[in-house]
Amino acid sequence: MTTVGSATLVDYDEAVARYEPVIGLETHVELGTATKMFCGCATDFGAEPNTHVCPTCLGLPGALPTLNGAAVRSAVLIGLALHCDVAAWCRFARKNYFYPDMPKNYQISQYDEPICTDGYLDVEVATADGETRTVRVDIERVHMEEDTGKSLHVGGSGRIHGATHSLVDFNRAGIPLVEIVTKPVEAGDLAPLVARTYVQELAELLRTLDVSDVRLEQGSLRCDVNTSLRPRTAGAPYGTRTETKNVNSYRSVERAVRFEVSRQAALLDAGERVVQETRHFHEDSGTTSPGRSKEEATDYRYFPEPDLVPIAFPAEEIEALRARLPETPAAFRARLREAYGFTDLDLEQLTGAGVLDAVVETIALGAEPGAARAMWLSDLGKAANETGKPATDLGVTPAHVARILALVADGTLTAALARQALDGVLAGEGDVDAVVAARDLAVVADDSALQEVIDSVLAAQPDTAEKVRGGNQNAAGPLIGAVMKATGGKADAAKVRSLILSTLTGGA
Amino acid sequence: MVTDLTRLTAADLAARIAAREVSAVEVAEAHLERIAAVDGTAEAGVHAFLHVDADGALANARRVDAGEVSGPLAGVPLALKDVLTMRGVPTTSGSRILEGWRPPYDATVTARLKSGGVTILGKTNMDEFAMGSSTENSAYGPSRNPWDLTRIPGGSSGGSAAAVAAYEAPLAVGTDTGGSIRQPAAVCGLVGVKPTYGGVSRYGLIAFSSSLDQAGPLARTVLDAALLHAAVAGYDPLDSTSIDAPVPDVVGACATRDLRGTRVGVVSELSGDGYEPGVLAAFEAAVKTLTVLGADVVPVSCPHFAYALPAYYLIAPSECSSNLARFDAMRYGLRVQHGDASAEQVMAATREAGFGAEVKRRVILGTYALSSGYYDAYYGQAQKVRTLITRDFEAAYENVDVLVSPTTPTVAFPLGAKVDDPMAMYQSDVASIPSNLAGNASMSLPVGLSEGLPVGLQIMAPPLADDRLYRVGAALEAALDADRGHSLLAEMRDLA
Repeated sequence: MTTVGSATLVDYDEAVARYEPVIGLETHVELGTATKMFCGCATDFGAEPNTHVCPTCLGLPGALPTLNGAAVRSAVLIGLALHCDVAAWCRFARKNYFYPDMPKNYQISQYDEPICTDGYLDVEVATADGETRTVRVDIERVHMEEDTGKSLHVGGSGRIHGATHSLVDFNRAGIPLVEIVTKPVEAGDLAPLVARTYVQELAELLRTLDVSDVRLEQGSLRCDVNTSLRPRTAGAPYGTRTETKNVNSYRSVERAVRFEVSRQAALLDAGERVVQETRHFHEDSGTTSPGRSKEEATDYRYFPEPDLVPIAFPAEEIEALRARLPETPAAFRARLREAYGFTDLDLEQLTGAGVLDAVVETIALGAEPGAARAMWLSDLGKAANETGKPATDLGVTPAHVARILALVADGTLTAALARQALDGVLAGEGDVDAVVAARDLAVVADDSALQEVIDSVLAAQPDTAEKVRGGNQNAAGPLIGAVMKATGGKADAAKVRSLILSTLTGGA
Repeated sequence: MVTDLTRLTAADLAARIAAREVSAVEVAEAHLERIAAVDGTAEAGVHAFLHVDADGALANARRVDAGEVSGPLAGVPLALKDVLTMRGVPTTSGSRILEGWRPPYDATVTARLKSGGVTILGKTNMDEFAMGSSTENSAYGPSRNPWDLTRIPGGSSGGSAAAVAAYEAPLAVGTDTGGSIRQPAAVCGLVGVKPTYGGVSRYGLIAFSSSLDQAGPLARTVLDAALLHAAVAGYDPLDSTSIDAPVPDVVGACATRDLRGTRVGVVSELSGDGYEPGVLAAFEAAVKTLTVLGADVVPVSCPHFAYALPAYYLIAPSECSSNLARFDAMRYGLRVQHGDASAEQVMAATREAGFGAEVKRRVILGTYALSSGYYDAYYGQAQKVRTLITRDFEAAYENVDVLVSPTTPTVAFPLGAKVDDPMAMYQSDVASIPSNLAGNASMSLPVGLSEGLPVGLQIMAPPLADDRLYRVGAALEAALDADRGHSLLAEMRDLA
């Protein structure tokens, strides 16, 4: 056992040996619609505070909401991609509670009649023994709601306690949100990894659907993680869960679950009970701490929103959206494994570097998959690291890479020359052919020109030539090096070797 | 003396202004003078207005006279209930909590009136947040009934009704959640119409109960009411519950003079116990006139109407408990802050000081009815009753074109008579509430006097059949005026 702050922890492996972790995830996604959920205000991020507001999103007396059809279509699209049922008829509900950054003191959300229900997302995780396991995460519901405004607490630590006053920015009020809620997931000791991979995979899916820019750091994807432990005895009920709020990176999702498992296990081992509460995750320490305790259970007094007529999303539109669903990231990866021989590690690296699409495009332009992967990951990855820009923002296109690789394939460029050609493109010297011409990079293809160089090298190093002639082929190395040097690296070394051997011994 | 412009109907005024027989400015000035003469203060006089916008009214009149704006009611003065927002003009909804608030936007009703050149004289008094039947719940003191200044003008649109009955304006806009247009119209001897729910946009109408609220006209004649109805009704993309359908031809319907072939149902449940004999007598006389006009009059039973009042007093407070949550001192209106109070403390102190007793009663009632564990028994059950009442109407309309009843069980009662007895006050709307619950169209029409005070007859029609109200109303009005030799309102003693 170790102690972090005041919390006593049980080693994770020991914890999961005694208890089965059960997790649940609630993910809020800000939709990328041009306007807000219930009014015509813009949704741009980062505008001057309180400039994207109107009577409706400020909750002025008399103002009414009207529904953003694009947001509803996005919600349906998300539901379909998660294999959900789309409700033939659904409604909004009011969630009533007072908070200064909530203009109406109720949030228009969905309660018992969400737009999509009962779906799933399969996630692939690597087990400790290196195997890949597919875990099905069941989706309970996908529903629509509006975001609140944003409070800024001034003075003190920036938190509400100790602040001298608070400012509210209503630009965010009314931004369309979709909340995706999973059913309890029993992933055993893989729970932290499953939690992380689920959020990652969901984000990837949302990006593919083009419904959100999916940025955790800007809050356009927000994740609440529920964790509970169940004793590993037959028929034991679910334990009490905690809800860890606003975990702001994929890694943090994993760490938050790990920490909660260790913390809850310690409580249960000591015969104490887990308190049902909201907790906050701390990036620096990897720990969670209790949020403001709720002295009484919140009663949101949900009731159907009378200002909005029910939504009856037409069946033919559902089918039209279903037909338009893009290939899922998982199917896409399966296709790449199959067609290009990429491994899971390759795909993880390519995805991590953000060059997967570029590699696929390069291959589509005729490049060999392995070579395309290598150039984007190694050569351009290095340049990306040096400049701090994404590899796809360096001015090099899949067409450039495909052309360089084509020149390598037909023998015009060597690997070394290819890197020089790439440097030229990176330096803005023009397209590939222009760089090759300007830097005079093409290998010396003319055998007679090459023979002249070889002859002069042999004449200059008669002793070495004699060794080779005497049968010591390994002695040819320095001769090849000299030829390469004399040609400025533009000769094909293999060809040089074979020409030297045939000159000296009459055969390869 | 030349014609007293304040005595003319809206139709007559509009025609004279259009023909340039009289200027819109003269018409506006005449009404502003009348307001100055009779409206008085919270302590004495009609007290129909909370705010008179003389400058805005005259500016509009000048635009009409210059030909810059036109419409069927261009230059005709109108009193606007203070529950509808008007850009830059104080709007309180009868509450202390909104004192001094000047909305930055126009309600759709306001915008339509402005674009048609209607001269908006000012904002009229009302029960706080439209909760009440007498204007006695106004934070700014009650309005008084021009027929007898010691009596209530009805409510919640009592200020609008009093203004029209007192000849301060030929037209007024009211809103009706459980009878708040029809009951004041009945007790002030006016025509008042609650259009089909969704017929008039609610955008900019400060919500009391969103699923019940509906704005509509108050006028001295059926035709005037129709002209105003036509001016403000119609689809509005800013209101999701607004109906995207043509407005029925309510103005054309006013030419009706006989009712042969019209089937009229008299609702059995809306009479008898609790209805004053004088009210029933005037009502029955009017029903006889309908028969004389050729209508087939039959009794109709709507058994679930008995549960309308309790259902209403669960649904309306539930919705209001949520609708009124936004009055929290954070962005507009009253703010009560003692020392280093937290936001929650400021909210609580402001709501404590800013809301009146009836509003608090309903917010608490609604909060309770929506609470976890009580929802099904109260709000859920009330919604079921609502469905049953709607089915009662649907069944009735299979056999009749319109239904009729007395609008209110009593004539105008004295100020103060029911302020300490909410249940007695709530009974004022027992006949009008079913139409709100079902969302159908309904009119109150003055049909006679009882003890010298007006009695209203309620006409109810199916959703989107608002024209039927005007057909039956216009024929009945013409017949009663002919019998009497003058309009009912002509029997009111002048205030001046």
